[in-house]
Amino acid sequence: MNTINLDYISANPLLPEVQDAMIEAIKKNHGNPSSPHQLGEQATEVLDQARVKVARLINCASPQEVVFTSSGTESINHAIKGIALAKAGKGKHIITSNIEHNAVLKSLRRLMKMDYRVTSVSVNEYGLVNPDDIAKAVTDETILVTIMHGNNEIGTIQPIKEIARITREKGILFHSDAVASVGVMPVDVQDLGVDLLSLSSNQFNGPSGVGGLYIRRGVSPLPLIDGGAQEDGRRAGTENLIGIIGMGVAADIAFRERESRSEHARKLKERLIRGLKESIEDIIINGHPEFSLPNLVSVSIRYIEGESIVLMLDEKKIAVSTRSACASGALRASHVLLSIGREYADAQGTLVISFGRDTKESDIDRFLEVLKEAVEFLRNMSPLYKKAKAG
Amino acid sequence: MYSEVVMDHFKNPRNVGEMKDADGIGEVGNPVCGDMMNIYIKVKNDRIEDIKFLTFGCGAAIAVSSMLTEMAKGKTIEDARKITNKSVAEALEGLPKNKLHCSNLGADALQLAIKDYEDKKAGKVKTPPKVEDKHEHTKGDTCRCPYCDTDLGEAMEFCSNCGKEINSSH
Repeated sequence: MNTINLDYISANPLLPEVQDAMIEAIKKNHGNPSSPHQLGEQATEVLDQARVKVARLINCASPQEVVFTSSGTESINHAIKGIALAKAGKGKHIITSNIEHNAVLKSLRRLMKMDYRVTSVSVNEYGLVNPDDIAKAVTDETILVTIMHGNNEIGTIQPIKEIARITREKGILFHSDAVASVGVMPVDVQDLGVDLLSLSSNQFNGPSGVGGLYIRRGVSPLPLIDGGAQEDGRRAGTENLIGIIGMGVAADIAFRERESRSEHARKLKERLIRGLKESIEDIIINGHPEFSLPNLVSVSIRYIEGESIVLMLDEKKIAVSTRSACASGALRASHVLLSIGREYADAQGTLVISFGRDTKESDIDRFLEVLKEAVEFLRNMSPLYKKAKAG
Repeated sequence: MYSEVVMDHFKNPRNVGEMKDADGIGEVGNPVCGDMMNIYIKVKNDRIEDIKFLTFGCGAAIAVSSMLTEMAKGKTIEDARKITNKSVAEALEGLPKNKLHCSNLGADALQLAIKDYEDKKAGKVKTPPKVEDKHEHTKGDTCRCPYCDTDLGEAMEFCSNCGKEINSSH
């Protein structure tokens, strides 16, 4: 039996069309897009085609608004540090939220060591940012607001449009980390009203090691990587053409399937949540019941620890992710779960189940069956469970 | 990630359960850092006649608990005292570096259970055994986990073991 992958958020499988395009590209030996000869020109053409496809996926006004990077993490670093450095003359204040990805948090911590000031707004029990809190946090020194679109741990989708209205009105730039949502659900940069938006190829079945940064025309973050004039001088270094070709094909398919893909995921999500509630006692479904990524469910299974659940499932060839401190190597519970009010012990017992276009209903059913056994096994040896049940 | 011995003890843990009439109980850990262990011992003629455990924790924590109970079962108190974190980790054919604190927890729980037994025997009033939750720096300026000696990093907001806010106790 093949492993059932319910950990898409960690790694999406590459689509066969993407694999084929990349293998063909490897065999073809493309030139360097920066070269003036025919080989170079052909490479430029291929690069531009991929850019058009990625731009269409997020509805850019022009393909030139997409910069290819090495990852969602690089895109986020580029957006935040690039704007901070470019706008330092105007001010050194940045606004974010308590539940951002580490790429955002650590970029901001780095800037704080360079005398930037950061305000981090809290979220409610569903993980939602209140746009009024952003408006209240704005000062004359504020240069950037960075709030993620879909949360990679609990799935909550932030009110990006409302926040963008505030930043537009106040003349502040707005970046959104949309790594977990682009390709999973329709994302339209013009409709959202953001100035910068980070995305990753692997989240929509493209290769990892390639990402994209949307930079609205007229916005100029300083480059993170200096060197040649690639990417219109915004990101130096010879392009990862093979990866970018794969990303382009994946973006094209994600665009065509944008409605069906999220509809398929939403049905699986409903089935999964219903099954969890029916089969296991003492669980908490995290995140917003409505404003949420369709392909991800976060569940805190009380009285047991996440890594041991993952190991039990792995024995039965099912891959899921956990946010427990033990598994992360960070020796601390997830800041996202603590921010929405989970107790430490409940945060430790949290699983993130994520899926995609090739996940079947039978995969969800099999997972529920195996999980129920694992939970019973682990609760039987849990001092927290015995204590709770003894009253 | 884990050795075959660890996986065997994780999948088929020995001596699981609560002991209602235990002669000694050792409780260690904290859900904040992800694991809690309770060790129960039954002592007869100065020998650990029976031993049980309940553990909330990762695969390593469960395997450590199971291996520890196997090692201690049937031993005299004196010999059981010699069981260390190192000997448990060795019997498990090694643990990943970031999981060494699990073996420390296990050894601590056993020693606390023995102490609890001896205190009771000596007629001392039973006080719940508890790991001291002080937060101190053992090496230089960086914050290290008191159990595994891991550098907790610049941005730790609370100690992974005692759960105290680092800002408030620094």
